Amino acid sequence: MTHRTLAVVSAGLSQPSSTRLLADQLAAATRDELARRGHEVELRVVDLREYAHDVVNNMLTGFPPTALREAIDAVTGADGIIAVTPIFSASYNGLFKSFFDVLDSGSLVDRPVLIGATGGTARHSLALEHAVRPMFSYLRAVVVPTAVFAAPEDWSDGTADGALRGRIRRAAGELADQVERRPPASGPADPFALTTDFLQMLDRGGDATVS
Amino acid sequence: MQFGVFTVGDVTVDPTTGREPTEHERIKAMVTLALKAEEVGLDVFAAGEHHNPPFVPSSPTTMLGHIAARTERLLLSTATTLITTNDPVKIAEDYAMLQHLADGRVDLMMGRGNTGPVYPWFGKDIRAGIPLAIENYELLRRLWREDVVDWKGRYRTPLQSFTATPRPLDGVPPFVWHGSIRSPEIAEQAAYYGDGFFHNHIFWPKEHTQRMVALYRQRFEHYGHGSADQAIVGLGGQVFMRRNSQDAVREFRPYFDNAPVYGHGPSLEEFTTETPLTVGSPQQVIDRTLGFRDYVGDYQRQLFLIDHAGLPLKTVLEQMDLLGEEVVPVLRKEFASMRPAHVPDAPTHASLVAAAGGGKDSTVHAVDDVTGKAPEVAR
Repeated sequence: MTHRTLAVVSAGLSQPSSTRLLADQLAAATRDELARRGHEVELRVVDLREYAHDVVNNMLTGFPPTALREAIDAVTGADGIIAVTPIFSASYNGLFKSFFDVLDSGSLVDRPVLIGATGGTARHSLALEHAVRPMFSYLRAVVVPTAVFAAPEDWSDGTADGALRGRIRRAAGELADQVERRPPASGPADPFALTTDFLQMLDRGGDATVS
Repeated sequence: MQFGVFTVGDVTVDPTTGREPTEHERIKAMVTLALKAEEVGLDVFAAGEHHNPPFVPSSPTTMLGHIAARTERLLLSTATTLITTNDPVKIAEDYAMLQHLADGRVDLMMGRGNTGPVYPWFGKDIRAGIPLAIENYELLRRLWREDVVDWKGRYRTPLQSFTATPRPLDGVPPFVWHGSIRSPEIAEQAAYYGDGFFHNHIFWPKEHTQRMVALYRQRFEHYGHGSADQAIVGLGGQVFMRRNSQDAVREFRPYFDNAPVYGHGPSLEEFTTETPLTVGSPQQVIDRTLGFRDYVGDYQRQLFLIDHAGLPLKTVLEQMDLLGEEVVPVLRKEFASMRPAHVPDAPTHASLVAAAGGGKDSTVHAVDDVTGKAPEVAR
């Protein structure tokens, strides 16, 4: 039995939000799956709407305000991430992208991620594959094979059912697998940690470590 | 403890009038600021170095040399000198020359520069910023400390039998600070040499400053220069004051809202909470500044940024009066009363000469290539 944390990032803009609803269902399914395997799971929900101003301020000033810093630490320090966005204009929405843009480079390397999206029609579903998955690939995160898209018809009776329920369960199982095969995360990386000493730096010459 | 001002040298529209100063006006205003610093009893004036609009100070030693001639006791410094894109040979020459002209009232702060396009204009690459800072500074130290240098590195043409002239005044190179906001390698570099470490402490949360200074102090002790609390620390700071704090906020807000770097982003109130910016009465500035000590320990130099974002010169000079008359005298007294005896002052030319066992002329006299004879010199 280990203690595991899942960060749940939702970029839904309306309240209530179908994006948040999908995120919650993915989170509950993953939590249940990990619990079934004997892990204690802590969920940390980051509703990006609450940080919209902070994210823009971070872009302009180069540092996250305190509340956003805590949200970023929750995401970059989690054992697994569930990231869900509404599809706008054939891609993730700007808030979703902006949040991942302000993370320190390298902070999601080898981090298991389950991606999900919502949209006004099922014809948007491949945006997960051509936009969301490549972004996380660039960040060198490990995106599980099943990406979950929920169209209006998936919510038609007010609950996730049938095909959507099945996809959620499969994706949650894949995320649980990835989380389980890694040791518990040691929290967010410390950008101020010294990873070298001066004599090494003098010898190393041109090997740039840019920070 | 030393108190002073540092200036970026930005040419920025005054958002309350729409007027943009000329480069000439801005350059003259920077000189006026320096003269005012001496007049109101501050210790240090430091100028930035930039090579792109909207900044004017591309040639710091020209300006500092002029200011040196018009002041008596003001210490002249930089914020920062670009150790990455400048040739270390030219830095050695320029600042040794300035040191002579200013009779030793000179030190420098090394910085990397964070504007990507500037690097290739000088044949460099920002991705090699840290290795450039390491190699160039190591060479600079040798050029000031060894009369004849043979050298080969990765980033500039080799040197054979090279003598940087003039030699440092009294045989003692200027004291050097290293500035960095969040690169632990630079704190390590400052600690290794026992140089000073300066944190910008303006645009960033205090946690950046706290972590970087703590690392520098720890490594300073590790390298045997003294105990951690004896390391030489400098901080920036940004203030705007009026007797009445509401007046300060009202007057500064349009400058804040439109300022380069953070303008059109967080509110004045948010930024005041998240960073060391203080807008208010002189007493509020005193209280906030004394609080810096709580997270960096006893430190040696405090520089304020007060002339940016399009603030008119008249306003800036009023700020200088408040600093000199009301704020700095109290800070001097309070910081001194809290500082333990074993914590040193920032080195000055006089203290470095004393530590070297007295000044000595270090002129290197030319030798005839054929006969090997040196001319007779007055010794």
